[in-house]
Amino acid sequence: MRGKWMAWVAGGTLLAATWPVLAGSTGARALASEGNGRGAPPCQSCHGADGGGQEAAGFPRLAGLDAGYLAKQLADYAAGTRANAVMQPIARALSADERQAAAAYYSRLPVPMAPLPARPEATDGAGATLATRGRWSDRVPACEQCHGPGGVGVGAHFPPLAGQPAAYIAAQLKAWQQGTRRNDPLELMQHLSRALGAEDIEAVSRWFAAQPLPNGRSTP
Amino acid sequence: MNVRLSAVVLATFVLAACTGRTPIDAHATDAAPTPPAAAAQGTPAFAPPAEAAIPAGPYGDVVRLGREIFRHTRQNAPAYVGNGLNCVNCHLDAGRLADSSPLWGAYGMYPQYRKKNGHVNSYGERLQGCFMYSMNGKAPPLDDKVIVALETYSYWMAQGAPLGVKLPGAGYPKVPAPAKAPDYARGQAVFARDCALCHGADGQGQKVAGDYVFPPLWGPDSFNWGAGMHELDKAAAFIKANMPLGRGGMLNDQDAWDVAMFMDAHERPQDPRYGGDLAATRKAYHDTPMSLYGRRVNGRLLGSEPAR
Ligand code: HEC
Ligand code: HEC
Ligand code: HEC
Ligand code: HEC
Repeated sequence: MRGKWMAWVAGGTLLAATWPVLAGSTGARALASEGNGRGAPPCQSCHGADGGGQEAAGFPRLAGLDAGYLAKQLADYAAGTRANAVMQPIARALSADERQAAAAYYSRLPVPMAPLPARPEATDGAGATLATRGRWSDRVPACEQCHGPGGVGVGAHFPPLAGQPAAYIAAQLKAWQQGTRRNDPLELMQHLSRALGAEDIEAVSRWFAAQPLPNGRSTP
Repeated sequence: MNVRLSAVVLATFVLAACTGRTPIDAHATDAAPTPPAAAAQGTPAFAPPAEAAIPAGPYGDVVRLGREIFRHTRQNAPAYVGNGLNCVNCHLDAGRLADSSPLWGAYGMYPQYRKKNGHVNSYGERLQGCFMYSMNGKAPPLDDKVIVALETYSYWMAQGAPLGVKLPGAGYPKVPAPAKAPDYARGQAVFARDCALCHGADGQGQKVAGDYVFPPLWGPDSFNWGAGMHELDKAAAFIKANMPLGRGGMLNDQDAWDVAMFMDAHERPQDPRYGGDLAATRKAYHDTPMSLYGRRVNGRLLGSEPAR
């Protein structure tokens, strides 16, 4: 427990912001490790004990993501604007308070150390070009223009892409194309993803999956 | 809101003003019908060469330097930048995008006579104006490597384009006069709905690791009162074609004018030509309904408490 606290503090989490929700975080921790006994399984069985996700299975990292973003996603699963066979029943089994608590809990977990990619991604490949320059001839801005340099994420509305499993990133782009995910503000992602081909998706997903995370810190 | 826009002025066509030129400027006579937005028609008539075609060697190196100055101006020309912006923030895709005042549409239009300073301006002098007003900084000397690199980059991008011809996709496509005079309160609602997500509820943009990802629209780190973007017609034109990012063309004309008015009714850094008297500065440089400088909006006299 103490060690974890130290990690949080060292990781740049504001102590002041952590105090008032301490009581609530106990419940969220139990939710993460045991589930709520009302249909929500333990989150960590898929998202990992440290919230780091699971690369091989394509389960996303939750640790260090913005609390507002996470809470919105859980609400969107529950409401159906983000359709997913696994997460929808889980989000619906959570009360509104539990969603908030889980979001707050994961937002404060330090970003886990990511293993270095076996092979660094080319800086001039198709994935890098889409990520850093976009393809304006098809009105696709650079991903970095909204998701931040290297995909580290920006504020509550623009989630990090860096280090997320490539399979997860690709699945989201396809979900927007197909309209099963339609919870994006101003339909920003729905619009630009329609201009992407299968090879674009593959390349850009791999590129972001290989980007380094700002270690031990929640997204800046 | 006491600013009324006359149809006559709205119809006035101004080709270019990174600097704070007024609509009664040199190009007022260029009242040729605006070519329809190139994007709406599909491909623009002129396409700049692919970036991969920048040659190796010393010439190509300067082209690349110009591109990097254009994209990361604060980083690569810090001595001449006085705010949080980069050239690319208003000229998208490294100055290549049609309807975003692309460099390939500008280069072949200079040298050009400008009434404002009463002489023929070289392309380099035009670029200097961008630094003084849009970038709220200082003009690099004409033989400075910053100007030379930006000229070289523009020249490279314009290769094959005709000289002295206004190309489809050049400039920002003019937005027809609105049915109702632009209104602050309506603009505020558009801002909250379509802009605050990125530029922040306070218009101050959003940073990551000390650098803007979303640039500020007003306040000390934005363009100053001398910049073209502070004029309602230019702001409406830029916004309608290019904002929200990736959703250009989404706003209707009225929304574009209203939100432009809301944005340009906020304080920003002083016009560097300010001579100590707001009304006199307005008269000398901003004597147009397109400028709110020196006007009272919502009880605030704009330009009287410039942001620092
Ligand atoms: C059976 C495995 C599994 C369990 C258990 C699980 N998740 Fe998930 N979670 C997923 C998968 C798979 C996705 C990606 C779904 C998609 O494509 O939308 C996901 C996505 C999410 C997202 C969206 C992340 C993002 O970046 O947008 C959130 C938030 C989330 N889960 C929270 C939780 C919480 C909280 C719990 C525990 C109450 C939980 N999950 C339990 C598998 C699981
Ligand atoms: C114009 C802004 C913008 C651009 C450009 C942009 N995105 Fe997004 N993206 C968003 C927003 C906003 C969200 C969050 C949507 C939500 O709230 O559910 C998002 C979410 C995502 C997600 C889901 C992340 C998660 O944790 O579930 C992925 C994956 C993604 N974007 C990939 C990309 C890729 C790849 C590109 C470049 C090809 C890109 N984005 C460019 C705005 C943008
Ligand atoms: C705050 C937004 C903004 C920024 C930042 C900005 N510009 Fe501009 N620029 C404009 C506007 C507005 C015009 C006028 C375009 C028009 O009227 O069609 C313009 C015009 C120009 C023109 C003339 C276009 C023509 O067709 O004649 C050039 C060249 C130019 N800018 C280059 C630059 C360079 C180089 C920088 C960086 C040093 C820069 N701009 C920064 C807004 C901006
Ligand atoms: C999805 C995010 C997003 C939204 C929404 C958005 N913008 Fe922008 N805006 C940007 C980005 C990013 C840039 C810089 C573009 C570049 O560098 O390529 C920019 C640039 C600008 C600029 C020129 C630079 C400056 O700071 O003056 C203006 C003006 C502007 N936006 C106005 C608006 C207005 C008005 C709206 C609402 C109608 C809006 N934007 C909506 C992301 C956004």
